[in-house]
Amino acid sequence: MCYVIVGSNSTLKYLANSIEILSQLRNLVSVTIAQTFNYTDVRADFPILASQVRGKPLTYLDNAATSQKPQVVIDAIERYYSAENSNIHRGVHYLSEKATDAYETARTKVAKFISVEDPDEIIFTRGTTESINLIAHGFIETQLKAGDEILISHMEHHANIVPWQIAAQKTGAVLKVVPVDDRGVLEMSAFDQMLSKRTKLVAITHISNALGTINPVKELVDKAHALDVPVLIDAAQATPHMSIDVAALGCDFFVFSGHKIFGPTGIGILWGKREWLERFPPYQSGGDMIEKVDFEGTTYKGIPGKFEAGTPHIEGVIGLAAAIDYLQGIDRPAALEHETALLNVATEKLSAIDGLRIIGTSPEKASVISFLINDIHPHDIGTFLDADGVAIRAGHHCAQPLLKRFGVSATARASFAFYNNFEDVDRLVSAVLKMQKFFG
Amino acid sequence: MNDELHDLYQDIILEHNKRPRHYGVLANFTHTAEGYNPLCGDKITVYLKLDSGVISAIQFEAACCAICKASASIMCDLLMGQTLDNGTAVYSRVNELLTAEQAPPVDLAEDGEIAALSGVRKFPARIKCATLPWHTYRSALS
Repeated sequence: MCYVIVGSNSTLKYLANSIEILSQLRNLVSVTIAQTFNYTDVRADFPILASQVRGKPLTYLDNAATSQKPQVVIDAIERYYSAENSNIHRGVHYLSEKATDAYETARTKVAKFISVEDPDEIIFTRGTTESINLIAHGFIETQLKAGDEILISHMEHHANIVPWQIAAQKTGAVLKVVPVDDRGVLEMSAFDQMLSKRTKLVAITHISNALGTINPVKELVDKAHALDVPVLIDAAQATPHMSIDVAALGCDFFVFSGHKIFGPTGIGILWGKREWLERFPPYQSGGDMIEKVDFEGTTYKGIPGKFEAGTPHIEGVIGLAAAIDYLQGIDRPAALEHETALLNVATEKLSAIDGLRIIGTSPEKASVISFLINDIHPHDIGTFLDADGVAIRAGHHCAQPLLKRFGVSATARASFAFYNNFEDVDRLVSAVLKMQKFFG
Repeated sequence: MNDELHDLYQDIILEHNKRPRHYGVLANFTHTAEGYNPLCGDKITVYLKLDSGVISAIQFEAACCAICKASASIMCDLLMGQTLDNGTAVYSRVNELLTAEQAPPVDLAEDGEIAALSGVRKFPARIKCATLPWHTYRSALS
């Protein structure tokens, strides 16, 4: 393993609540906690990374699409099904109590993971997409009217565009789009101009999935709040790379996905301020979200139950909790430093290739590289790299308006996680060179 | 390069990709359709000119991968001057070559250049790239 823990598990969890506290405490109690990050050792925690594809060692560079899972997550899911499987919030029997406890403990863990105090403000969803849809539903039902404005950016994932388009269509509200410059950086002067008293919500991504641009989210939140405008942060691409203190960030909604932070697919997180969530009507209805059902009328549970109708994705929640435990066991600032080193080396080596163009050159950038080579279509790039065991994404990355802004319909995208190494960069570069030679 | 990849990107495919035939907007077209591959954002437009049931002209424009572009170029070569019935027969043969559960034997003499498309069978993610122009041709007619 990549970390050493001396002291009880609960002590560690408490300490890991906030990176700030952790870093302060690390100085004070370095004798009892020694977290290190070693990117070579960390690979052993992810069994799939040792596998071969098409007779070549796997070079997994599609982390922005989904991350690989550490053994502890796989084990937690197996343990749940082999020893603890039961439905939650229903049975009085032993297993149901255990499953309910694991489910609700996970909620508390997620709250601590993003540094918010009230676990009831954590809603489990199917993913970032459903989280945004739930918020959009709440806005359609309770907030928006004709002439209101919703402010998004040109670099949003379709998941943070389409729900707001539908909201605008249904209510007569207007969808406004903050442009990005040629580097893929948000144009702040345009944001300042477009933000107004008519704005009912700013919905913006923390990190662009297609370009890697890191947005100045704290600044955006502060500016919006100065006009009493709530802010939704799409953190699907940020949470895999960095610890985020949501309380300090001060946004109103914060959404992300389990499968991008080394947990299972099908589980997502919506955090929202209590006053907002209480204002919203249920998103789906049925079992487990009610207080009392009568044919004359039904009353609903308070949050979070009101938004979690039906039997939830218990396995997903348990796997997510294991992923969070895993992340809190590694030195995340050091992991991010390693990712940035990979980004810099890969950027340098790829840029040196004749005819290769990187789309997205923001000075503030996560380890995501979108690129094009000569006039070779990204789909062909993807197939060629795959033959060398290099997994990248080729296509529009669910960000068609953004790619259109750059005059392209698709790019090849290599995205790195902390378990990638410098050999992965070399294999990517040599596969690209080989392919370029082939297409001549 | 492995054999499968070589089968996918045969010389015929590369040649058509580099120098696509029948490329560009067709003036005086009688039928047209756009085709999209939502997976990768590929887009193709097929233009046809029909004269008494005969394809007297056919052209395409595309922002797409090598497989899709080559397939479209080969398609236009084959359909040019054909009756609609012959066109349907060629369409069915391509469909069979690319998507039949059991790979049918390919006859180079009979199938001509569409035989080159059959390498795509080993790349399930790429079959739609090869079929997109053909589906677009069909929808232009409907």
